[in-house]
Amino acid sequence: MTAVDASAVAAAVADAHRREWAFVLAATVRVTRDLDVAEECAQEAFAAALTDWRAKGVPARPGAWLTTAAKRRALNVLRHRGVERRYLPLLVEEETSPGPDELPAPGAEIPDDRLRLIVTCCHPALDRSAQVALTLRLMCGLSTADVARAFLVPEATMAARITRAKKKIAVARIPYRVPSVDELPERVDAVLSVVHLLFTTGHTGPSGDDLVRRDLVERSVQLGRMLRALLPGDPAVAGLVALMLLTDARRETRTAADGRLLLLEEQDRSRWDARAIDEGVALVREALRARPPTRYALQAAIAAVHAESPSWGDTDWREIVALYDVLTRLWPSPVVALNRAVAVGFARGAAEGLAALDALATEPQLAGYGYLPAARADFLRRLGRVAEARDAYGEALLLTENAVERNFLAGRLRQLGTIESES
Amino acid sequence: MSEYLILIYEDEASYETATPEVIGEVMQAHDDFAAGVEGLGAKLVGGKALQPTGTATTVRGSEVTDGPFVETKEALGGYYLVEAPDLDTALAVAKTVPARFGGVEVRPVMTFD
Repeated sequence: MTAVDASAVAAAVADAHRREWAFVLAATVRVTRDLDVAEECAQEAFAAALTDWRAKGVPARPGAWLTTAAKRRALNVLRHRGVERRYLPLLVEEETSPGPDELPAPGAEIPDDRLRLIVTCCHPALDRSAQVALTLRLMCGLSTADVARAFLVPEATMAARITRAKKKIAVARIPYRVPSVDELPERVDAVLSVVHLLFTTGHTGPSGDDLVRRDLVERSVQLGRMLRALLPGDPAVAGLVALMLLTDARRETRTAADGRLLLLEEQDRSRWDARAIDEGVALVREALRARPPTRYALQAAIAAVHAESPSWGDTDWREIVALYDVLTRLWPSPVVALNRAVAVGFARGAAEGLAALDALATEPQLAGYGYLPAARADFLRRLGRVAEARDAYGEALLLTENAVERNFLAGRLRQLGTIESES
Repeated sequence: MSEYLILIYEDEASYETATPEVIGEVMQAHDDFAAGVEGLGAKLVGGKALQPTGTATTVRGSEVTDGPFVETKEALGGYYLVEAPDLDTALAVAKTVPARFGGVEVRPVMTFD
């Protein structure tokens, strides 16, 4: 191998970081049983790759190279701590960087490592924000500063949260293992909720200037694909990946060139990501074969009806309402009821939609949920009940902190003012 | 193996008004629990029931006051000390602890080297 251009090496390391971080870290945790040591060693392995690959060339299998390098560093650390004997059988011997001939054979890596790691990150004994933070940090390799930025909290707050979670994992002995078959569904469900939460947070930022948090959306899809590779037959995983792909396929058309929010009704469907839609639709078909269907599969099926409809006018709202009916029966939740009510409004008319929404008025979980008054406002506007619509838009504005959504609601309010002055 | 303390928090009033049948069922449930621990891969090291919080006295520094350290609807009513290889095993044990009028808290016991 010959010396390689520094920028090409930097790009190769960055690419390996994106693709292989979780794999390298997870394999190293198996050896160290200590998240902090494993993280340190994995980071050092990536740093070493920058210089080593420049001198010797980028290895054919960067992930295997990095894993071997990180494990060797881990051995070194454990030796210094005098605890290597306990772990020795698991460890490779040399401390130098690995040559291409010493790498494990392809397929020899234990595929469960990343599953172990993500199930640990999403252990029910950790609180939800810690689960999300650990998943981003340990599975996606984000720095504490990046995780803090993703959730709009100060870096010190996020650092404390991550430290507390890691301490609980160590002290309470949250095990680093793949759950048994009977507890797997429950644990995978926790993992999927975290990935789904990341996706929804990215799809429409709860606050801030951008409608979409691209980084979070891409990380969550990446995690979904990883889970799909680890649990290929799991219908909930297939359903969630399908839901994310079908929803995100519309990303480029959700705002106009001037940043204005565009509703589904106004979006240019020819610009939807056809490849993501094809992949998502195939996954939904697979996911829907499971009986009863999982909640993600049903949500994805609803997204697929939109994705495959040639125009807003052709949307099969009856089919969507029918899917929401199944979803409501299997996983009743106020938010599902709200979405169903909106679909009813398009299938059977604004008056029926409004009645369905008003039935949710006393739902405590929806108090303070901006999409309820926003949906009411839209049906009231369609029904020509201008004064009530204006009140509802005002209420929705008070509850929405995303700048793009706020602009949209304020624009609707202005239009209503015009309608009234004309009449 | 690590030690975990399983703290049983329950509504005391429910016990005061419970029928003898209910009390009998709870006692039987505790016997059944103790018998099942080893089957879950853990070991019962100790455990006691406590008298109600009305009998508690709190001491802070030199100040002595009547009542429990923290007033809550659900009070600490007893505990089990178990030895388990990891938290998942301890939680599996905790799920079988009878706590009809409340729930349990699992805390790893600190070790000093």
